[in-house]
Amino acid sequence: MADTRPGAMSRIIRWIDYRLPFIQALNHELNEYPTPRNLNYWWNFGSLSGIMLVVMIATGVFLAMQYTPSSEAAFDSVERIMRDVNYGWLVRYAHSSGASMFFAIVYIHLFRGLYYGSYKQPREFLWILGVIILILMIATAFMGYVLPWGQMSYWAATVITNLFSAIPLIGQNIVTFLWGGFTVGDPTLHRFYALHYLLPFIIVAVVGLHLIALHRFGSNNPLGIDTKRPQDTIPFHPYYTIKDLFGLAVFLLIYAYFVFYAPNSLLAADNYIPANPMQTPNHIVPEWYLLPYYAILRAVPNKLLGVIMAFGSIFLLFIVPWLDTSPVRSARFRPVYKWVFWLLVIDVIALGWVGANPPEGLVVTVGQIATLYYFVHFLILFPVIGKLERPKPLPASIATAVLQTGGARLGGAGAPLAKS
Amino acid sequence: MADLAQHDVSGAHAGETRRDFLILTASAIGAVGVAATIWPFIDTLNPARDTLALATTEVDLAPVQVGQRLTVAWRGKPVFIDHRTPEEIKAAEDVTVSDLRDPQPDSARVKKPEWLVVIGVCTHLGCIPLGQKVGDDRGSYGGWFCPCHGSVYDTSGRIRQGPAPQNLFVPPYDFTADTTIKIG
Amino acid sequence: MRKPVLAALALLLLALTPPPASAEETPSPPHQQWSFEGIFGTYDRAAAQRGFQVYKEVCSACHPVKHLYFRDLADLGYSEDEVKAIASTYQVTNEQPNDQGQMFQRPARPSDPIPGPFPNDQAARAANNGALPPDLSMIVKARDGGPDYVFGILTGYKDPPAGFNLLTGMNYNEYFPGHQIAMPPPLADNAVTYADGTSATVPQMAHDVVTFLAWAAEPNLEPRHRTGFKVVLFLIVTAGVFYAAKRKIWAAVH
Repeated sequence: MADTRPGAMSRIIRWIDYRLPFIQALNHELNEYPTPRNLNYWWNFGSLSGIMLVVMIATGVFLAMQYTPSSEAAFDSVERIMRDVNYGWLVRYAHSSGASMFFAIVYIHLFRGLYYGSYKQPREFLWILGVIILILMIATAFMGYVLPWGQMSYWAATVITNLFSAIPLIGQNIVTFLWGGFTVGDPTLHRFYALHYLLPFIIVAVVGLHLIALHRFGSNNPLGIDTKRPQDTIPFHPYYTIKDLFGLAVFLLIYAYFVFYAPNSLLAADNYIPANPMQTPNHIVPEWYLLPYYAILRAVPNKLLGVIMAFGSIFLLFIVPWLDTSPVRSARFRPVYKWVFWLLVIDVIALGWVGANPPEGLVVTVGQIATLYYFVHFLILFPVIGKLERPKPLPASIATAVLQTGGARLGGAGAPLAKS
Repeated sequence: MADLAQHDVSGAHAGETRRDFLILTASAIGAVGVAATIWPFIDTLNPARDTLALATTEVDLAPVQVGQRLTVAWRGKPVFIDHRTPEEIKAAEDVTVSDLRDPQPDSARVKKPEWLVVIGVCTHLGCIPLGQKVGDDRGSYGGWFCPCHGSVYDTSGRIRQGPAPQNLFVPPYDFTADTTIKIG
Repeated sequence: MRKPVLAALALLLLALTPPPASAEETPSPPHQQWSFEGIFGTYDRAAAQRGFQVYKEVCSACHPVKHLYFRDLADLGYSEDEVKAIASTYQVTNEQPNDQGQMFQRPARPSDPIPGPFPNDQAARAANNGALPPDLSMIVKARDGGPDYVFGILTGYKDPPAGFNLLTGMNYNEYFPGHQIAMPPPLADNAVTYADGTSATVPQMAHDVVTFLAWAAEPNLEPRHRTGFKVVLFLIVTAGVFYAAKRKIWAAVH
């Protein structure tokens, strides 16, 4: 007879699962879940994003246990974490480097979507939920950066909250309301701390919706064609679990390099100076992942218009599914768009460079051209290219495409970045 | 783990065994990695270096005259230091230990008989007993008296009357010099 | 596909380079050799101890190091008794007033922070012609150029070039932004007599005090590098094993 103890355990699980079918749900959504067999490594970035969200929350909670959110004590409490708390330096650097990693991963994930048309019908709402997550991340990161209460924390908070004064008539009142005072100060720090702790859990909820929306139609794939037959898909487990784990290990290597060997390479030195409301730093610079929006803000000579364009550059992403008129999803079959996509990548990097440098000379010119191109790319090129371009013929199905070119090339790790 | 029977596993038995081995190794490495990652987080909750720096207190006993009592703070609690008079020492030693609620001879509670060092927290419910200041009620045994519920301690800090179950605790301490002690 | 990705990566790296310094801008300080740079870097304890002596005898007249505690000095190789002895030479205000309600001074203990020269910023300014000597516990991290910059400042004093308008009370410094610094040259040859007999030239003292200050700003550098080495090694092995497992599992699909 079989040992009764495992039997009892699985009976209890079955009893719960019958009443609250979480095991059946998990089994279907993670285990059997049919996934296109031809996903390449650009599809790793979704699970990596989810993992980074968990890492940021875990490191954040443990930091919150030691941090004091008052303008007198905040800076010193962070130094105490760095010096006196056991492994405090590790948790702190993991959190600060983690924010950069999180944004890098999410940006790559976003650009993957742009290249392969993952935002197109029927996944428009999946895309919209993603943009909402990005906006929440930006808000969370902005507030989080204020918490150490260094010079950059204080002055970035001042500059960005002052943006709202551009709103006609009620702008200054809104800013006073946001500050809870007449300048960024203790009340501001307290509410930013509370919201910085809260927003990630709202992000978790939206990520849940994002996954539900994803599972409605399943993942897109590099060919951009729908899965039609069972041969087009493979179960998520073990194929994509192990592939995601491998990708995770490689990513962790990069993450570890930053945490252990270059933790301050992405941070501004000025933030190691305690906040001084009487003295502005020479160059106020946001973190790298906010530089493109900062560049757009400064490129426009009019204050209100600059604010609108900067926020607009993100909100524009919401309507991407409707801006793109192409009948075909994946850029693999779009001979013109495939190159124009890289213009956007170069443009965003250029905007980042512009945002990092003082606005004089060449920087200003590049900033204006790059800002103009950004909006032209979405508002003009997207609809026009989709209409005028002649897409290459699509394969009959994923399975036929895979079998034609040889399975090893599309599915194996031998050529992870190869695209036809 | 993966139910391998479901999938079209081609290859000989050796291939399957190697696959199982790889999966086992991968799982083991993953588990080690997770455990190694969790430990530093837990360790951040242990007392930090600044807290540990306050874990010991050195006290200079030279200014404390015979018959005088001194209170110092140690790890957030009061410590009673009593430079006992010969009468107090005699009263502490002349006791039938087996009669005590918490039997302890005086010799087991002091390192030098003229110095008594005890934690000044009543073992009943945690109030701070009276007796350190001149004019305080010391209770009928000449030691300390807890006003909260009436516990009475003798000149060795042992419980004699009242509800407290145990003698006043003796903290770990050492004489680093003739008139200096290090507590903790 | 590979080509555009590589091009984008190259551009990204290019974008990360700092802007070129124009002729009127302050030059970058030259790079020095530091025992603590690179992934295997450690703090030269002998240099750091000499640097602490320089801090104590020269810099501490104006500059606090509020994030350092006396107990931290044990990390530089001082014994527990030596740390206690160093601490007891300082007077600090007790945290609590006495029984009469008055604040009083007592000798410092290892658990105390190293006290600064002034009770507050206003007193510091009053003693320094309105300039505020910054706290030095984080200075190496709080300036672009880090240790090279601080070294450059300490050794960069020279006569102003012809035609340079040097304001009264200011000093010309090669590497300080704008070239005018309120701090007069703090170091002169043999300002300090080193206990280990090392010749106390200005570059030597500057090198030692910067090593001390680098440690003060980042005391956990060595545990961080040690842990990092183990983590990276572990992850390389893990990635290898996971890759092998992935290939094996995916063999079934092809």
